[in-house]
Amino acid sequence: MFELLNISPQALFGQLLIGLINGSFYALLSLGLAVIFGMLNIINFSHGAQYMMGAFAAFLLLELTGLNYWAALIIAPIIVGATGVIIERLFLQWLYKLDHLYGLLLTFGLALIIEGLFRNYFGSAGLPYRVPDELTGGHNLGFMFLPNYRAWVIVASLTVCFATWFVIERTRLGAYLRAATENPTLVRAFGINVPRMITLTYGFGVALAAFAGVMAAPIYNVSPQMGSELIIVVFAVVVIGGMGSIMGAIVTGFGLGIVEGLTKYFFPEASNTVIFVIMALVLLVRPAGLFGRAR
Amino acid sequence: MTSVAQPVDKAALANGERSIAVAFVILLAALLVAPLFIYPLFLMKALCFALFACAFNLLIGYVGLLSFGHALFFGWASYISAHAAKVWGLPPELAILAGMATGAGLGLVVGVLAIRRQGIYFAMITLALAQMMYLVAVQAKFTGGEDGIQAVPRGRLFGVLDLTHDMTMYFVVVAIFLGAFLLIYRIVHSPFGEVLKAIRENEPRAISLGYKTDRYKLVAFILSATLAGLAGGLKAIVLQIASLTDVNWPMSGEVVLMTLVGGLGTIFGPVLGAFTIIAMQNYLATFGQWVTVIQGAIFVMFVLLFRRGVIGELAHWLRIRL
Repeated sequence: MFELLNISPQALFGQLLIGLINGSFYALLSLGLAVIFGMLNIINFSHGAQYMMGAFAAFLLLELTGLNYWAALIIAPIIVGATGVIIERLFLQWLYKLDHLYGLLLTFGLALIIEGLFRNYFGSAGLPYRVPDELTGGHNLGFMFLPNYRAWVIVASLTVCFATWFVIERTRLGAYLRAATENPTLVRAFGINVPRMITLTYGFGVALAAFAGVMAAPIYNVSPQMGSELIIVVFAVVVIGGMGSIMGAIVTGFGLGIVEGLTKYFFPEASNTVIFVIMALVLLVRPAGLFGRAR
Repeated sequence: MTSVAQPVDKAALANGERSIAVAFVILLAALLVAPLFIYPLFLMKALCFALFACAFNLLIGYVGLLSFGHALFFGWASYISAHAAKVWGLPPELAILAGMATGAGLGLVVGVLAIRRQGIYFAMITLALAQMMYLVAVQAKFTGGEDGIQAVPRGRLFGVLDLTHDMTMYFVVVAIFLGAFLLIYRIVHSPFGEVLKAIRENEPRAISLGYKTDRYKLVAFILSATLAGLAGGLKAIVLQIASLTDVNWPMSGEVVLMTLVGGLGTIFGPVLGAFTIIAMQNYLATFGQWVTVIQGAIFVMFVLLFRRGVIGELAHWLRIRL
C-alpha cells in the first residue's frame, strides 16, 4: 500500500512519533491548565514558564548536586510546585472574586518576570541535557527505528495523564475537588478546607507542567524561551478541546500531536500552523469546543 | 461578565464633559510644545503606540473584550504599508490606507471567529490566531524575515508635504493621532457606544432588550483592528521599518500593559500608558532583559493594587471622568 501511494513508511512513522511526543506535552500541559481553571477560574499564562522551570530544575539538579534524571523527575516537580503554592498564596488568592481577565493578566506578568530572570542568568542559547543512560539507544521495529527515550516519554505521559484522570474522576479526593468546583460554599459547609484545596490544586497543576519540562529537557535544549511559544499552541489545544473534561484534554492533546505529525509529512510548510487552522475550523463548526459545554 | 471599568456617580457625570474638555486642551498644548523639549522621533513613536493603545482600549474598556492578539493588526498593517510605500511606490497617504484596510480585513476574519466564544476563551483565540499569522509572516518572502522591511521611504504627503523633515512628519502624526482620538471619543459617546457599554455590563440583558450583540461586538472589533492598522501603518512610515517585533506576541502583551497602566476604559489612560512604557523602554534599553522583568512586575503590581490605572485612579480621586 505504501508503495502505491509513494509514501516512505520510515519517514511517515518518524513524523508520527514526533507528533506523539509533541502530543504528550500538549496533553500534560492542557491537562494542568484544565485542572487549574476548574478550581481557580484562572487561565494560567505562566504555565509555559513553569514548564521551562521544570527543565531548568532538572538541569541545575544535575549540574549543582549531581542528582540524575530519575531523581529530577520526582524532585523538580516538587520544587516548582512549591513555587506555585507560594505564587497562589502571594498573588492569585486576591483575584478569585474579580473578572477572569485579571488572572490572565497577572499570570502573564509572572511569565514575563520568570522568563526575563532566566534569560538574565542563562542567556538565550539552549543548554544540553543528556538522555539518561538507561534509556539511550533504541529498537528497530522493522518499519521504523524507535529511540527508547521517546517511547518512555509517551508511556510516562500517558500514565501520568490517566493517573490524574483516575484521581479526579474515580477517588474520594477527586469527588471533593469536583464538588468544590461546582459549589465551593456548600463543600466548605461540610467542613472541607476549600482554600487549602485550591492552593494545592494550583501547586499540582504547576507540578504537572514541571514534570513535562523535565521530560522535555533531553529532547529539546533547555532554554528560557522554550515555554512561551509552546503555551500559545496549548491555548489553541484548550480552545479546541474545551476545558470542561479531563479526558477531553488528554484525547485532544494526543490527537492534535498526531495530526501535526501527519501534516509535517504531507504538507511540511503548514505544520506549525495546522493546529491554529483546526482551531478556526472547530470554532466555525462547534463553537463550544469538541468536549466543551457552552458557557 | 462583570465590568472592567468602574461605574461613575451622578455628580461626576455632570462634570464629565467639562473635565474631558480640559484634559483634552492640556493634551493638545503638551503635544504642540513637546517637540521644543523632546526628540521628535521619540514623540512620534510614542504617539503611534498611543493610537494603538487607544484602539485596543476601545475593545477592552468599552466592550469588555480582552484581545491578546492585537499585534496581528498592528504588525501586518505595518508590513503592508511598508511594502506599499517601498515596493509599490505608493505615496504615504495611500500606503497608510493600505495598512488600515489590512487591519480591517484581518479584523473581520479574526472577529468572526473570536466572538463565537466569551471571556477567557476570546483572549486565547485572538492570541492563537495572532501567533498563526506571526508564523506566516516569518515564512512569507515579502516580510524579509529577521531583517524586516527596512529603509521605507516617507515620501510626500498628498504630493505636497515633504515628510523627510522630522517636524513636518511630527505634525502630520499629531493630526492623524488627534483625528483618531476624537473619532474614538465620538464612537464611545454615541448611541452605538452606549450599546457597547451595555454589552460590557450585562450581555444577556442587552440580548433580551433585542440587541444583536454579536453584530455590535463584531463592528467594535473591526473598528478597533482598523485603528490598530492605522497605528501600524503610520509607525512603518514614521520609523521607516516593519519587523517581526511588531507582529509577535510580546507586542500584544505590551499594548495590554500600556492600557492597563493608563487605565482600562478611560479616554486618556492609554495615551499616558503608551508614553510611560515607551519612555521606560527607551531609558532602560541598556538593562537588556531586565526591561522584560520590570514590565512583568508592573503587570503584577497594577493588577493587584491599581486596577483602575493611573488616569483611572486620578479620576476616581478627583471624582471626575477622564
